[in-house]
Amino acid sequence: MQLELSPADAEFRTRMRDFFTTKVPQEIRDAVLEGRHLTRDQIVESQRALNAEGLAVPHWPTEWGGQDWTDLQRHLWHEEMQRAGVPIPLAFNASMIGPVLAQFGSQEQKERFLPATANLDIWWSQGFSEPDAGSDLASLRTTAVRDGDDWVVNGQKTWTTLGQHGDWIFTLVRTDPEVKKQAGISMLLIDMTSPGVEVRPIELIDGGHEVNEVWFSDVRVPGDLLVGEPGQGWTIAKFLLGNERVGVAPVGATKRALATLKKTAAAQMDDPLVRARVAELENELLALELTALRVVAHSAGGEPHPASSVLKLKGTELQQAVSELALDLAGPASLAARADDDSPQEGWARRSAPTYLNLRKASIYGGSNEIQRQIISRTILGL
Amino acid sequence: MDFTYDDEQQALRESVRGLLATAYADHDARRRAVAEDPGFDRTLWGRLAEMGVLGLPFSEDHGGVGAGPVEIGIVCRELGRVLAPEPYLASVVHAGGLVAAVGTPEQKADLLGRLSAGEIVLAAADTSPGGRWAAQADGVRASESGDGWTLSGVADPVVGGAFADHLVVTAALPDGGTGAFVVDASAATVTGYAAADLTRAASVRFDDSAATPLGQPGRDLTASIATISDLTRILGANQALGVMESQVRATTDYLKTRKQFGVTLNTFQALTFRAADMYVSLELATSVVDWATMTIAGGDRDAVADAADRVGLQVSRAGRHIGQEAIQLHGGIGMTAEYAVGVGTAHLEVLDQWLGNGPHHLRRLSERVTDHDLVEALS
Repeated sequence: MQLELSPADAEFRTRMRDFFTTKVPQEIRDAVLEGRHLTRDQIVESQRALNAEGLAVPHWPTEWGGQDWTDLQRHLWHEEMQRAGVPIPLAFNASMIGPVLAQFGSQEQKERFLPATANLDIWWSQGFSEPDAGSDLASLRTTAVRDGDDWVVNGQKTWTTLGQHGDWIFTLVRTDPEVKKQAGISMLLIDMTSPGVEVRPIELIDGGHEVNEVWFSDVRVPGDLLVGEPGQGWTIAKFLLGNERVGVAPVGATKRALATLKKTAAAQMDDPLVRARVAELENELLALELTALRVVAHSAGGEPHPASSVLKLKGTELQQAVSELALDLAGPASLAARADDDSPQEGWARRSAPTYLNLRKASIYGGSNEIQRQIISRTILGL
Repeated sequence: MDFTYDDEQQALRESVRGLLATAYADHDARRRAVAEDPGFDRTLWGRLAEMGVLGLPFSEDHGGVGAGPVEIGIVCRELGRVLAPEPYLASVVHAGGLVAAVGTPEQKADLLGRLSAGEIVLAAADTSPGGRWAAQADGVRASESGDGWTLSGVADPVVGGAFADHLVVTAALPDGGTGAFVVDASAATVTGYAAADLTRAASVRFDDSAATPLGQPGRDLTASIATISDLTRILGANQALGVMESQVRATTDYLKTRKQFGVTLNTFQALTFRAADMYVSLELATSVVDWATMTIAGGDRDAVADAADRVGLQVSRAGRHIGQEAIQLHGGIGMTAEYAVGVGTAHLEVLDQWLGNGPHHLRRLSERVTDHDLVEALS
């Protein structure tokens, strides 16, 4: 048992901190630190700055730009990035389809897509959920039917985050309706400019346009854009959703949000009740961060540590709790959520209600917190 | 950075666990131990001395082993797992810790040597009736007369005091500040009682009782006394963690075996989800307990004080959650004295109210909340 980082890891952390605080444009970092929305161009610019230094996809295989770091180093990379207000590399690219293609893709697919994916030359969207397939993903109904060398896709995806920016979409489709539902699923890579693809915005309770419906009407997809083998889609999806140990909980971002709130709402920090709420949240975040460290330091054999579910569950609860505190501290000023930019109310206060509402999503996506409880009770406790 | 035990630490854990498994093979053994005076198993206490467990914190010069906080934490955690009523935390960690921190070399060699050997039991008398976790003494006053020092006043609760041979007493000094004194138990009026978890404490009255100053006479020891309380808080959190581990295990086992409506209880998601939440609380508490224990090794007094508040709050919250849910998910059997789960909940409360409860630590953390930007987990 030892608390200190090794000299090498401490040096690594310093290197990360230096890079993130000096080499990513201040304007982008300020936007993140203040909780403002980023433009597509800002997200692309930031990821390219990281990629130029080999810091966008360190967890990929080294031949495709990975860094062969330890989990602890990746954790430090991830935490320092959040702490500095650097946008996390686009998850659809860096955490989802990249590792999938590296693991399951053909050599041709890897060469065609991986460099462009790391550099965000291609913006990927995720086509998994459907109106009747949420937590029960295996019930998906979008079909792909073989026609010569092509697949013809019909159906509807939903909750496609930032799909309005998407160039390509990795999509789970049913290629065999005759077999057990998990066994009939495949993954297709679909060019979103293909005829028959339509992206329709969904307006959310925060007033923002973050997610979309994606409709497929007789969309022709060349056969070489199927990932792995037909019927392997479920295995790929489980790999994609389950292979992550680092960054499961948004520890750094939530710590930073709370620290920022202490400054922006400084006038209310004399209130003992406010101080107590902040102190309690800081303590819970410490517990979360230490648990994340235990997970990354002691995961064996590439298997996710069982406590990963703890991180998702508690991490999203704390993320939401900080947004609740911000809203309470904003008070009446939060009503100016959709006021013009010349509103006399402060920006953080005006953003507090939409942020609070937006973050209700956190306990729903990526395996809802009820799914996480199911994993804990079944897999860990054996119930 | 490493959150795992090394080979020697694992060996210590296994041997302590093995010894305790023999002494407290089931909850009945614990019930028998607390039913009669002195409220713990003297044979087991002697075995712990033979194994070197009682001398773990103390230097070899003073008859101890010179182990670190992680080793002491391992012992406390194992004691917690079986709800052992032995006064390890009170006698070795707290009272012994005070002697080690402020005693003269002669006092250390004498008292800690005999404590390590299992020949004497110490107890710290540092709380006045109605007192609340203050390092400054206000219930007992020290006076110096021509031929020595005497103490007057009342200390209560004195955990482990009912059968202690010597009391380590914190007392207000004539010229201000707080000193520490050793008093032979026969020089005070000791009235023992059982706490809610049936471990023993005492009310101790001093009437011009002869006392020996620990360390240099008349010196204000408030800071050292506070630090030893912080250390005890952290090691007490290890003990609480052991209790919670057992409660989570007992509860999951019960859900798998207990049948109602013709099926085992784990059929009901309303129950398994609550067990999952107990596990979440346990994992988070484990992280903070390990962190706080490792912080002691760093040796920085302010860092230890901060860690004590943080682990105190975390374990207090977790203890309330796990302790209450363990009883609720067991149903009626959890309410009975013959079953360990409910007694564990009592033990968690005794540890918490003795060493510092959640609101106390939260208040202290709240006072400091604007002193920093972020809480740093790794220095």
